[in-house]
Amino acid sequence: MPIVMDADRVSRSLTRIAHEIVEHNLGVDHVALVGVRTRGVPIARRLASLLLTITGREVPGGALDITLYRDDLMKHAVGPQPIVRRTEIPFSLDDRHIVLVDDVLFTGRTIRAALDALIDFGRPRTIQLVVLVDRGHRELPIKADYVGKNLPTSLAETVRVRLAETDGIDEVSIERAEGDQA
Amino acid sequence: MKLLLKGARVVDPTSGIDGIRDVLVDGDRISRVDTSIPAEAAAGACIVELGSSLVVVPGLIDMHVHLREPGYEHKETVATGTASAVAGGFTAVACMPNTNPVNDNASVTRFILKQAAAANLARVYPIGAVSNGSNGEHLAEIADMREAGCVAFSDDGRPVATAALMRRALEYAGMFDMPIIDHCEDRSLAGEGVAHEGFHAAQLGLRGIPAAAEDVMVDRDIVLAHATGGHVHIAHVSTAGAVRAVHTGKSRGARVTCEVTPHHFTLCDERLRAPLIYDTNLKMNPPLRGSTDRDALLAGIRDGSIDVIATDHAPHHADDKRVEFDRASFGIVGLETAVSLSFDRLVHAGIIGLGRLVELLSVNPARILKVPGGRIAPGDAADITILAPDLPVTVAGATFRSRARNTPFDGWSLRGGVAATVVGGRVVFANAAVPQVAGLERRET
Amino acid sequence: MSETASRLRGKDLLGIADLDVSEINLILDTAEAMKEVASRPIKKVPTLRGKTVINLFFEPSTRTRTSFEIAEKRLSADTLNIAIAMSSVVKGETLIDTALNLEAIAPAIMVVRHASSGACHLLARTCRAGIVNAGDGTHEHPTQGLLDAFTIRERKGRIAGLKIAIVGDLLHSRVFRSNILLLTKLGADIWACGPPTLMPPGLDRLGVHATTRVDEAVDGADAIMMLRIQLERMQGGFFPSLREYFTVFGMTPERVRLAKPDAIIMHPGPMNRGVEIASEVADGPASVILDQVTNGVAVRMAVLYLLAGGGENEVAA
Repeated sequence: MPIVMDADRVSRSLTRIAHEIVEHNLGVDHVALVGVRTRGVPIARRLASLLLTITGREVPGGALDITLYRDDLMKHAVGPQPIVRRTEIPFSLDDRHIVLVDDVLFTGRTIRAALDALIDFGRPRTIQLVVLVDRGHRELPIKADYVGKNLPTSLAETVRVRLAETDGIDEVSIERAEGDQA
Repeated sequence: MKLLLKGARVVDPTSGIDGIRDVLVDGDRISRVDTSIPAEAAAGACIVELGSSLVVVPGLIDMHVHLREPGYEHKETVATGTASAVAGGFTAVACMPNTNPVNDNASVTRFILKQAAAANLARVYPIGAVSNGSNGEHLAEIADMREAGCVAFSDDGRPVATAALMRRALEYAGMFDMPIIDHCEDRSLAGEGVAHEGFHAAQLGLRGIPAAAEDVMVDRDIVLAHATGGHVHIAHVSTAGAVRAVHTGKSRGARVTCEVTPHHFTLCDERLRAPLIYDTNLKMNPPLRGSTDRDALLAGIRDGSIDVIATDHAPHHADDKRVEFDRASFGIVGLETAVSLSFDRLVHAGIIGLGRLVELLSVNPARILKVPGGRIAPGDAADITILAPDLPVTVAGATFRSRARNTPFDGWSLRGGVAATVVGGRVVFANAAVPQVAGLERRET
Repeated sequence: MSETASRLRGKDLLGIADLDVSEINLILDTAEAMKEVASRPIKKVPTLRGKTVINLFFEPSTRTRTSFEIAEKRLSADTLNIAIAMSSVVKGETLIDTALNLEAIAPAIMVVRHASSGACHLLARTCRAGIVNAGDGTHEHPTQGLLDAFTIRERKGRIAGLKIAIVGDLLHSRVFRSNILLLTKLGADIWACGPPTLMPPGLDRLGVHATTRVDEAVDGADAIMMLRIQLERMQGGFFPSLREYFTVFGMTPERVRLAKPDAIIMHPGPMNRGVEIASEVADGPASVILDQVTNGVAVRMAVLYLLAGGGENEVAA
């Protein structure tokens, strides 16, 4: 089970990404973070905290559950049907730069679903995408604006992201042939 | 035409016989019953080696059957009903009058008998209606129907509506010493019930028929039997209270007899919930009761409170059962499962012996209806049932001779069945699964 | 603490009797997420897009039917409302024929309300579509039971250990049956109260206290659920008059005071004001009757999603 990112590496990637967000948006005016459940949420929180340190500004954050927007191909991909959780976006999306945050970018279908959901919530000015890991094998024309690490993988492999908030440790590893992650 | 049945166990409580005997049938009569009848004595007879694993008994009589003809031929006819009867081991059936038109007059009675003669299988004894149209108002032409061939009277399907009518019926039929058979159900208590009022019906949201609905009328009828000296026969008892009342009534000298169906001594109301919830083949009137009632029925079978096993064979078209429980017709078929259930649940379960079984299925029905039967003695009509007490039977509704398939016992594995049925010396049914008699069936028109 | 299933067994929801605690928790948890959809500006998710849901109602109902219809539309399903007047006298097309004819348009789910107990079981056996029981005779009304449990859990944080009084025509109420099955599975202490003529047998077998005294039932209760009295019951001679019913069993402010100070008042609706419940109680601060209606949509969305949202219930066209 090769470890491709340890806690240190994860932390430095997120710091770099936070700076990139500030640079790309010329500050954090009208920027808001929306984490895709489940692991996108703690990553988004960490980014909010980093942005606060860098700019002194509070960036609003929310959590998005995309279960109700999944397409048929995604349903067979994951194991047991995940429980639908609440979406919490306590601010208006209108005219904002929404930065979507997820742990792994793979086929692109999760992000497609997230885009559908966001559009139902309002009219953002732009939608940008942060991912901790991009493992390739896109099935849709989706690209990330900010990437922690590019990780070429084979379809027989699974990328496993663990975060301190959910799993007790920060670590990204590759496992063979267990079934795919979207 | 001679028939020599060799080496079976003959059980004939009336004659006091229970042992290996040979039985010689000559034409339509019993000719001889002896420990051994040599082949020379039976010149030209068809010799059937039955062996001791088979049991020869007086022809079984089902005194509560619905043949549905005239009027409901899509459910059953006299022909298909009597074919079903002989396949079930019955040499005779008594059929209820709730046909269309109701059998409340001699013409309908004669029609039924004509159909029975044409079918030429089981004997048919019509039961005439107590009241015109079984409407519970006016006494029907009882003497005329008796003349035409009715053996008893009932408004079955319905109760005899009022105490006054029951009293008059008992008095009037008493003139001929004939029984009034009552389907005991107080309609005001039963209401629109479809299942036994109790925990299980409540859980299923089914309106209940309380046990009291049966008990109050059983009590009524026994009081009236006492008062008039007439004979009341309680149809299909289902409650502990009814059995108790009959027992007490008998001990006090009332002329009361009663019958029980195989489904009532086998099933109870918890079956409505599993294995097949809301199975309309569990809907009948009186309904399947609780387990204490079922146990009381078994005790009554054993101690003599209950006189007869009768099936209340009630064939229905699939359309009448493949609907919501509320809407489904009441009743199930029973002719082709009665013997197996009786063996499996009564004899093999150790509740009664073969002699008692013969009383319940042959001797007592013959005595109550005052028809020939219940005995195998020289000179008697050769109505014989050959039973196979250890035959493994899997109930297969699809193979029933009846036109109807509405049975809850489909697929059941039971121990005990019918080998052959002989009516008036003719083998009208032979079970292909019993090698000693396979192929013996012959139809003579 | 208790388990939550990852999916519902079977294609149908026929009754609470068929659900275990883990499945009940799954439905209630999913309903929480569905409730949030109702607070969005666009109250729609695409989950059942392209799927057909038929509301087949053989008994008139505005409330339950509209609740299901909203739930279906919020999930982007194509809905069809069919109301059939069935009389016990007029025979017409059989239930099975009606349903099989509708199967020809390949619905994923049929939501069925019928006057005969067990009607939904009959359809579930014969149809490929998933059957959701919207009330069958006097048997069960499972989505009502679920929304009641959801409402109690929302207000009280839990169900286990609560004292819940249910008052009314217990014998004929499918809402009662679904509720006692559900609330006892979740560990509540149920006190059922009504006239002896309307008391079903065997309540103690279900772990429910039965009493004919309202004061005893509501004493210290955390929740009071009032059931509807139907006028026909009076004609059936079950009790002498509506006035007397209200005097003996009606929920008045005085009786409510016997319950806990933060007790909630519930009613499946529609209410008969002044028969089973006084207006002041129905409209008072403790009443959650309107919340029940809101929660009904969320719970029904959850049920439809769990039965048909997974793609597995696709009926081949």
